[in-house]
Amino acid sequence: MLGLVKFFSIILIFTCGFGSALASERQFNLGAIASPAEVAGWDIDVRPDGLGAPIGSGNAFDGEEIYAERCGFCHGDFGEGIDRWPELVGGEDSLNSHDPIKTTSSYWPYASTMYDYIYRAMPFGEAQSLTIDETYSIVAYLLYMGDIIDDEFEVSNDTIGTIQMPNKSGFLLPDPRPDVVEKSTILCMINCESDTNVIGRARDLDVTPENES
Amino acid sequence: MSKKSKNSFAINRRQLLASSLALGTAGVAKSVQASEVGPSNSPPNLPEWTTYLGDGVDVAPYGLPSEFESHVIRRNVPWLTATAESSVNFTPIQNLEGFVTPNGLCFERHHGGVAIIDPNEYRLMINGLVDREMIFTLDDLKRFPQTNKFYFLECAANGGMEWRGAQLNGCQFTFGMIHNVQYTGVKLSDIVKETGLRPSAKWLLAEGGDSAGLARSIPIEKALDDCMIVWAMNGEALRPEQGYPARLVVPGWEGNMWIKWIRRIEFGDMPYLTREETSKYTDLMTDGSARMFTWVMEAKSVVTFPSPENPLNKKGLHQLRGLAWSGRGKIRRVDVSLDGGRNWNTTNIHGPILNKSLTRFTMPFYWSGDEMLVQARAVDETGYVQPTIKELQNVRGVNSIYHNNSIATWLVNKNGSVENVRLG
Ligand code: HEC
Repeated sequence: MLGLVKFFSIILIFTCGFGSALASERQFNLGAIASPAEVAGWDIDVRPDGLGAPIGSGNAFDGEEIYAERCGFCHGDFGEGIDRWPELVGGEDSLNSHDPIKTTSSYWPYASTMYDYIYRAMPFGEAQSLTIDETYSIVAYLLYMGDIIDDEFEVSNDTIGTIQMPNKSGFLLPDPRPDVVEKSTILCMINCESDTNVIGRARDLDVTPENES
Repeated sequence: MSKKSKNSFAINRRQLLASSLALGTAGVAKSVQASEVGPSNSPPNLPEWTTYLGDGVDVAPYGLPSEFESHVIRRNVPWLTATAESSVNFTPIQNLEGFVTPNGLCFERHHGGVAIIDPNEYRLMINGLVDREMIFTLDDLKRFPQTNKFYFLECAANGGMEWRGAQLNGCQFTFGMIHNVQYTGVKLSDIVKETGLRPSAKWLLAEGGDSAGLARSIPIEKALDDCMIVWAMNGEALRPEQGYPARLVVPGWEGNMWIKWIRRIEFGDMPYLTREETSKYTDLMTDGSARMFTWVMEAKSVVTFPSPENPLNKKGLHQLRGLAWSGRGKIRRVDVSLDGGRNWNTTNIHGPILNKSLTRFTMPFYWSGDEMLVQARAVDETGYVQPTIKELQNVRGVNSIYHNNSIATWLVNKNGSVENVRLG
């Protein structure tokens, strides 16, 4: 790795000094060329088509144990969420209700996002501490609990981009805003139509934190 | 207060007593009058603070606000989140003037707490569909051509608790997920000149170095239009809670995309669909479908005085104050109604009126002591008019959490107290 860095910095000096094809494209000659090893260490994202998924695999059977040890005390053994920690599984058919429950199984459109997010950010406060296979296994366990795969399915760099999530077609594109059409181009200034009855007061709900002042 | 000033106060009282005794009957009458006018430091008395030497320079090498302004602070709503490390607090916009937010009052939203980064160890990596994958130090970034720009940053969830009704009784809690500072940094389009960009690059992924590794996709057109990597706000280094030593600026678009502690930008040919743009920051409609990639913050305004935190205590002349902004450009006009939207007056807009920046408006009014229903309605340079909550609900329902830019109503009661209400 050290050798690689050195190698690239030599190229850099060379190209800057002699104005080769590479140098002519750079406008400011600032920064350093990143080595493949440097990029590999930080390039952790995984895309819906599986691009970026590191080589490895895991199934729900393996995942159950790791999940119970590293995730369950916040998210619940079945992903139901303990206290105020987020719920991870469940809530199917709730999205059009008064109390929608958005979880990996009810809402998330791509399984790749589960790998990407769990590896980069979980366990909360211990980011990027899971191994690649542990992460695939936990993803498999959550997908299994959400009835999306069976317990033998191997989630891997080859399969992560192929898993069909139930709410995949639940998202609308592109952004339709501005979506509220004004009634007229000339804004009403006097004697406008408006509901002026007070039908709700924040004070009555009494959920506002008290101000010390 | 220091010991010294307490002593001085005692002397001051004694002096006062002595002087009124010496003045005799007339003096007593006078001092009674004075005490009606105000406390002992008011005319004609000698103010306490005139009687001693104040603090010298360097007592506060980094200056802080007056002790009498201790109520002007960020506040959070503890029941909103499970933990302070993934939580939000709110800018006290009801206490601010002009359009610049002081750095220490800019609201915070973290998903994994505040990363503490040594600027000497800071690195920005650019990889993916570029000619050269590169790494920049902070010093490298500062050697690029510089740009200084004011922009507002608003969380897409600002006002998110108000979709179903008036819930939080405060200007701070209903509109305070916003701040407006001057950024110093480099245009992303200049950094890209150094790495080169492959023609197939259509999107980028911006990624934070914090423990949440916050990551968002941004289309290339926006990235090359006005996005910046910045290291300073309001003339000084970014505050740690705002991404020190470097963050992304995405003018006019939702705050979640303005990646703090930015460590990496990857260019690709399709969006990355991270957790923050699927599970979160998508807007659920009534039928259970959800809008995705709703980036722009539409025009909005708020009356900061009078407001729930700033009641009216006297009849007569007052100066109504407020803020307006639009993610689509400049504010063209702000109207205010004092009767719940029946009649409107156009307010004074205070320049400079900047693109995608907070804009201050004021309007003189006389308070007769009657109830008032105060509303503000912003119009931006595209002609877009800030909607009522009913207009938004008719199209989007009440489940979308994000992008509530509707007109709020402050009820001024006969006793001058002000509350957040919903009209219907
Ligand atoms: C200390 C408690 C804690 C532990 C342990 C923990 N998490 Fe989390 N998890 C959180 C918090 C807090 C969030 C929300 C973070 C935020 O707001 O961005 C979260 C969010 C998530 C989400 C996204 C939820 C959504 O709806 O967007 C997933 C998935 C997740 N965690 C999976 C895991 C997995 C898998 C593990 C074990 C490897 C784990 N978590 C361990 C606290 C925890």
